[in-house]
Amino acid sequence: MILLSVNHLSKSFGGLKAVSAVNMELRMGELVGLIGPNGAGKTTVFNLLTGVYQPTEGDIALRRQSIVGLKPWQINQRGIARTFQNIRLFNNLTVLENVKIAYHQHASYGIASAILRLPGFYKGEDDMSQKGIELLKIFKLEHKKDELAKNLPYGEQRRLEIARAMAAQPQLLLLDEPAAGMNPQETAELMDMIRWVRQNFDMTILLIEHDMALVMGICERIYVLDYGQIIAEGTPAEIKSNRKVIEAYLGEDISHAHGS
Amino acid sequence: MKKMFFSLPNLLMALLLLAFYGLTYAGLEQGWIDDYYKLNLFLICINIILAVSLNVINGMTGQFSIGHAGFMAIGAYGSAVMTMKLGFPFGAALIVGAVGAALAGLIVGIPTLRLKGDYLAIATLGFGEIIRVIILNIEYVGGAAGLNGIAQYTNWHWIFFLTVATVLVIKNFMTSTHGRACIAIRENEIAAETMGVDITRYKVIAFTIGAFFAGLAGALHAHYFYTIQPTTFGFMKSFDILVFVVLGGLGSLTGSILSAIGLTVLSAFLQDYAELRMVIYSLLLIIVMLVRPQGLMGTAEFSYRGVAKLYDRLSGKGRGPGNDTAVG
Repeated sequence: MILLSVNHLSKSFGGLKAVSAVNMELRMGELVGLIGPNGAGKTTVFNLLTGVYQPTEGDIALRRQSIVGLKPWQINQRGIARTFQNIRLFNNLTVLENVKIAYHQHASYGIASAILRLPGFYKGEDDMSQKGIELLKIFKLEHKKDELAKNLPYGEQRRLEIARAMAAQPQLLLLDEPAAGMNPQETAELMDMIRWVRQNFDMTILLIEHDMALVMGICERIYVLDYGQIIAEGTPAEIKSNRKVIEAYLGEDISHAHGS
Repeated sequence: MKKMFFSLPNLLMALLLLAFYGLTYAGLEQGWIDDYYKLNLFLICINIILAVSLNVINGMTGQFSIGHAGFMAIGAYGSAVMTMKLGFPFGAALIVGAVGAALAGLIVGIPTLRLKGDYLAIATLGFGEIIRVIILNIEYVGGAAGLNGIAQYTNWHWIFFLTVATVLVIKNFMTSTHGRACIAIRENEIAAETMGVDITRYKVIAFTIGAFFAGLAGALHAHYFYTIQPTTFGFMKSFDILVFVVLGGLGSLTGSILSAIGLTVLSAFLQDYAELRMVIYSLLLIIVMLVRPQGLMGTAEFSYRGVAKLYDRLSGKGRGPGNDTAVG
């Protein structure tokens, strides 16, 4: 079943066409990569999918319902969550509070109940905390739940951002360069974690990544974006041998870099 | 550990506050506290309400508003008209003043909160001036001469319990999921929005709550000083409130309270040197901003754990490994 379908999606900034006539389809439960050289428009696609930008043309449909024109928070409620290329945590909130923000949309108590500290408040907060701690356990951040997000080391900040996106219980998770700045050890752990999350939460994932080992290693299907256009689509093996891709993006280095 | 309303720290704090309330009441009745100290005590309370309420907008939600005196004016004039001209009891006048200011906050907030940063600051500054000019031109409320002979209903009971209530309400809001949504907007607007926080809604809520309590402070102010003029609620007043919040630390209620107390006392001391007052005041601000740009408290709050931690640090204990991770 098709979860997300992107039709003829375009976005112009003034005279610059950042994304032009992109078509994509994600099936339920797929793990798909979106790759391309710097400035190809990958993050712009994410910003369009999450409502941060409004498309100039085209349509985005989640479970056959158009989400174009919705605000980012509405799109989040419909089931798309994301992480950011440059980490965007709530720095002065604790690790647990960062995750609890994602539960806010399902808050079980109102403002009056918070101000009067009615029983509903305590119950609601306890439930959120428990759910948050369960999730942090999965991401091995539980022991740091009371630390401010800004005090975490880089790798853990990346992990926390993924945990926070997961907390929203999305159907589609968008990861924007999750391994950026990680060492090979951390990247390997991240790959395991992404695989594990996907199996256990039955989630569809679209990820942007420059680390080819990661992309080729875990993605089932890959879209290649260059100058705002999709130039290729296929399995990792197909992409590796695609002439257009090699020319546009991977260059001649491919044979050396991966020894294939 | 389950957090409860009737916890030991909460009861201890309530007891301390009640003791302070009782002792001060006795002092006022017996004349141990003279009119000069009483004036400053009441000013401190009003300034705490103003500072804490502006902190909801500027500190918690990170929306830079500099028209807070406008809301105060609505509360002051609204309540004064209620008691003076319409003969309502003081309690009803307080509610009308505060709700009137909150409505104004709602009406102003919906269009202006689309603006960001400097643009929002200028819009709110404009709003404050508009309120002042409108009041200046309404004959019914005395125009430039203002309203005189407002009954002095604001007594220690009213002002003490309303100040405590304001701080409590705002603290409870701040430490709930709704307050966290506001803080998330301050910390990272785009992330907050993509995590499902309706940012416009929460900005407007913060603005409305802030305006409500500013209106309350205005009503208390009007019924203590007998007289109000439009000039009382000019830009300088908004600026004074802003200084409390920035100096105390944007986002820290404790900081707002401490700086409201400290700066009110300082102003009282500098009363005799009117020319020097603003100079010293400004110098102090410059120094604090240079040494501690995040304000006295940053975004930290008073907590018993924090005090214990500070005590440990000062007495040289608690340097053991892992100590900083153990205490949040």
